[in-house]
Amino acid sequence: MKTEIVKKYLRLDKMPTVWCPGCGHGIIMGSLLRALELRGRSKNDIALVSGIGCSSRTPGYVDVHTLHTTHGRAIAFATGIKMMKPDMSVIVVMGDGDCAAIGGNHFIHAARRNMDITAVVYNNGIYGMTGGQVSPTTPYDAFATTAPYGQMEPPFDIVELALGAGATYVARSSVHNVPKLDELIVKGIKNNGFSVIDVITPCPIAYGRRNKLTADPMKNMQWVKEVTVPRKKAEEMSEEELRGKWITGVFRDVEHVGLVNLYIELEEKLKRAKENKGEEA
Amino acid sequence: MRKVMIGNHALSYGAKISRAQVIPAYPITPQTEVVELLSEMCANGEMDAKFIKVESEHSAMTASIGASATGARVFTATSAQGLALMHEVLHWAVGARTPIVMGNINRAMAPPWTIWTEQTDSLAQRDTGWMQLYAQNSQEVLDSVIQAYKVAEAVQIPAMVILAAFVLSHTSEAVELPEQGKVDEFLPPYEPEYRIDPANPHAFGGLTGPDGYFELRYQIQKAIEDALPKWDEVGAEFGEVFGRKYGLIETYKVEDAKNLIISSATLASTARTAVDTLREKGEKVGLLRIRIFRPFPSAQIRSILSSVDRAVVVDRNISFGASGIFYQEVKAAVYNEKNPPPIFGVIAGIGGRDVTKKDIIDIYEDIMRMDEPKSDIIWKGVRL
Repeated sequence: MKTEIVKKYLRLDKMPTVWCPGCGHGIIMGSLLRALELRGRSKNDIALVSGIGCSSRTPGYVDVHTLHTTHGRAIAFATGIKMMKPDMSVIVVMGDGDCAAIGGNHFIHAARRNMDITAVVYNNGIYGMTGGQVSPTTPYDAFATTAPYGQMEPPFDIVELALGAGATYVARSSVHNVPKLDELIVKGIKNNGFSVIDVITPCPIAYGRRNKLTADPMKNMQWVKEVTVPRKKAEEMSEEELRGKWITGVFRDVEHVGLVNLYIELEEKLKRAKENKGEEA
Repeated sequence: MRKVMIGNHALSYGAKISRAQVIPAYPITPQTEVVELLSEMCANGEMDAKFIKVESEHSAMTASIGASATGARVFTATSAQGLALMHEVLHWAVGARTPIVMGNINRAMAPPWTIWTEQTDSLAQRDTGWMQLYAQNSQEVLDSVIQAYKVAEAVQIPAMVILAAFVLSHTSEAVELPEQGKVDEFLPPYEPEYRIDPANPHAFGGLTGPDGYFELRYQIQKAIEDALPKWDEVGAEFGEVFGRKYGLIETYKVEDAKNLIISSATLASTARTAVDTLREKGEKVGLLRIRIFRPFPSAQIRSILSSVDRAVVVDRNISFGASGIFYQEVKAAVYNEKNPPPIFGVIAGIGGRDVTKKDIIDIYEDIMRMDEPKSDIIWKGVRL
């Protein structure tokens, strides 16, 4: 079954991927492929959009409609697609820099208008492709090439950002809990509104080596396990214990009309008005 | 002191030795090493400067303008998409008369995604009012940052120091690091007349109607025209102090040349070796390298072109729907002359495709066989 999914959804001629040994991005892509299958519709109804960075190489490998766009703007590109193709599942894959730095404005506005797009954030807390500069989710005190003595700015919590801005499906998982990740992505795709799945993933080369994890994939995976805490467990932990941890789980899952459906309703209303006018004349 | 460094680090050391005080920057391939080294030097105290890790290139330029308005000396660097993202505020930096110096690594624009060298990214910004300098080696990159501050601050117009992606940005060369004391003397601290100063409040950027805006634009043009002789003066003074003289243009074997190859940046270095080989074959050929593109050194170019029979401009850039950009500008510079020589326009090396010495020789030999330019573009190396 798994091999079939890989064959169905991957562009095998594009293998191997550019991702480094121990990188978690391939695990996220695997979850995404299974989620696409579980979605239960034709793969020709899927648009997969990315910006720039390691995560954004995903659409190069996935055999659906794919767009590799400019840094930070994947959501804006996706918005244009979704408005004209409301029946398609529009999925954005992006890194933490794409999502919360250069594209932060698009992210919060897509959440505000509840755009029916699923955003999967490959959150490794670093700019990996350019070689390890601080990103908006680099942990406090962590080392990066632009923070050689430790990051002194606090990180963004992408889940809090999405909740505050109005996203209707907000969840976080990690590459350490793959079955859960599959499930969250499917739910995100099925949600009729803006869905955010923040995925904690390791970058052994650009982050791990600078932060006492070395490039060893196992050590980096262990780190992912240590910094992620399920919601239930987190409720019993003190603020001090939760410092530097990412809480995982589903944070919001509500039905709320988004811009796409508002427009469909408006179009129908205008059509009816036109028809009524025609009858009167 | 001589130090082996990549072209990107020549930019960083240029900013350091010029005592830049604020560096707002965002990483992008192939610029990243520039700001990594600067962030390190800001963090360890080697530089008395603030490094701002902004969230986009648009913010990098915007924060640069804000910092410059306070009277600080500001440096940033970017490339291609990053430069394009800055476009709105590139105009602002000029209108606000903030003499920021920025490094730009010439990289081709997407889509399709690419990272290799081409000049269209910076040349597309030619009408913003930024001064533009195309460097041919790492020494010139470092030296030019210092000179750029001196010219920019004198005329209150920002300047870009531009280098080719990878060919220069990631190539290691031995570079002479000027003495800090001498640089301090050559480039005194920036003291603008107007700045954000609590003791002396000002309004910046207020709404201006047709009764005032026109004159402000006229003043920008006058300032950038004033910069034209200034680049030569500052380049000559730099030569006296540091032993390396620079000008608006550089000529090679033009004294008795009948035919001229015109180019810029690292392509001009390749063309120089081609000129040597062609000279050995008996060709009366010379090279004109355009170093400063904005302000455009029209008079200097006219003077060289007045004594040649024909010229070929080799452009690693394209203005779609027109032609190579240096070619357009060179042609425009000589149009009103009595008997301008025929000028051929060649487009080569787009998207980082290699341009070798043999390619330049082929280009030269091809145009020598032609009677006159039949179109604005002669393509070199495109596979059809």
